[in-house]
Amino acid sequence: MTEPKSIRVFATTGALGMGFLDDSLARAIEMKPDVIACDAGSTDSGPHYLGAAAPKMSEQAIRRDMGRLLQARDALGVPLIIGSCGTSGTDAGVNWMASITRALASEQGLSFKLGLAYCEQPSAKVAQWMDKGKVQALPGAPETSSADAAGCSHIVAMMGAEAMQHLLEQGCDVILAGRTTDTALFAALPLLRGLPPGPVWHCAKTIECGAVCSTKMRADGLMADIDAHGFEVEPTALDAGCTPLGVASHTLYENADPIYITEPSGVLDTGAAQYEALNDRRTRVTGSAFEHKPYSIKLEGAAPLGYQTVAIGGIRDPYILRQLDSWTDEMMAAFEKRVAELTPYTLGVEVRIDISYYGRDAVMLSGETQANDIGHENGILIVVTAPEQSTANTVARFVSHAASHWPIPEWKGFISGIAFPFSPPEIDRGMAYRFVLHHVVTDITPLELFRFQTEDIAHG
Amino acid sequence: MAEVIQATTLGELASLVRSKNAGPFWVTFDVMFDTDSDFQRVVASQVINKAWVAATWEIPLQDIVLVELPAARAIKFSFPRQRVQGDPGESDQYSGQQYAPLLGLVIR
Repeated sequence: MTEPKSIRVFATTGALGMGFLDDSLARAIEMKPDVIACDAGSTDSGPHYLGAAAPKMSEQAIRRDMGRLLQARDALGVPLIIGSCGTSGTDAGVNWMASITRALASEQGLSFKLGLAYCEQPSAKVAQWMDKGKVQALPGAPETSSADAAGCSHIVAMMGAEAMQHLLEQGCDVILAGRTTDTALFAALPLLRGLPPGPVWHCAKTIECGAVCSTKMRADGLMADIDAHGFEVEPTALDAGCTPLGVASHTLYENADPIYITEPSGVLDTGAAQYEALNDRRTRVTGSAFEHKPYSIKLEGAAPLGYQTVAIGGIRDPYILRQLDSWTDEMMAAFEKRVAELTPYTLGVEVRIDISYYGRDAVMLSGETQANDIGHENGILIVVTAPEQSTANTVARFVSHAASHWPIPEWKGFISGIAFPFSPPEIDRGMAYRFVLHHVVTDITPLELFRFQTEDIAHG
Repeated sequence: MAEVIQATTLGELASLVRSKNAGPFWVTFDVMFDTDSDFQRVVASQVINKAWVAATWEIPLQDIVLVELPAARAIKFSFPRQRVQGDPGESDQYSGQQYAPLLGLVIR
């Protein structure tokens, strides 16, 4: 039996919309990759983007990158795969990317077969799965009930390589997918062409953030060649290199465990991997292993937390700074009474007031080792969370006013103890969300949770 | 003549010290070095150990994953976040500024 042919994969940039160098793209086209792939999302930026189904990148930034990638794809005649559309991969995110893509195709006179993969799950269905024990929490996850799941505004199920392959097998040229594992975008075609999973998944993990693992840590691309025994990777920019150290280090990034990396179909084991410099720009990796496991699919869900209003100020009086805890405790006791007077709610139940002091322990909280070092000034951040925006604003208005005049024993008379840079000091920041689900569904097949559509785009 | 090795701090010796979310429930810390000898020196010093991590970030010892990675010249440890990313009271959405206690560790 002959060995499968090596496959060249072009990872354009770490996140669609972050940009890449035009020279790098031109060079990538000359290198004739077999597939172009780019990730467009993450949960890294917090629960807002999933909870609100809102993209992190601007439409302008997406258009700039996507327009160039569609042209590159057209010139090469190879598939372009975009995963986690609209940051969180909701159905709205896929539709947003699809409408941008259709508009770009029309402007540029391009024709291609478009494939869309949707992955959003009804919260009631997920709640039922939880009741049936079909859903397991990932390590570190808090207690979650089926009622919590039912309260999610959006739940996405993470697609693996099989969902991308399903659309590739239908001849799709441009694939816009909902939430997808970052690696699956790059692994789909090489696995379909018969390359072994160890090198494929390790390569995919290496290139998913683009040039971040090269010697020039910027938004740009990588080119990888995967063969039957390993993979080789180099940056698309000529002034950068991929060194063994840089490639080995990338398995650390944003991973709790750098050796074993879980995919829907199994676990990548990088423990025995060898990294070898072929020249100062190119590294070869061998010895990566992959163990197949029963299929599992990750769920991500976010739910509304409440509306928030914030106020920002500064404190310079050393007498206030030396008694921040007692000063805060006293005013919080008064706020509890005032919340009950002005709203139908109870402080600490439906309404929260969080006050933190920048310059003391606002960043590391209880983990701060230097919380007793009193500086010459502190920033104060007041965050009010309530069931309605109007309530959050009402509470924040009396909190910021009362806090700024809250007395200390050293001064006899009415003080103004907080420097507010803005008037009004209160800033409404809309609905806040929280992560509820970061779980896996087991006893599942690779495609059953996903919906696919294809569409022929013809212009010019 | 034997080279005299001066005591220094981890912040001075490391090429990169960083913290970052590893998903919304975990925070992970990476300490990386320019040379194998710097890496081996810090590994041998054992200043980064589970007991110190547990005491510094106030977390149970058994929740900590700690690995040394010679191929990356890196020491890495991870543990569950004190609160889920974005939950009420969040101070650092990306966990990007949680590594400062490492910088002053004395390396002999």
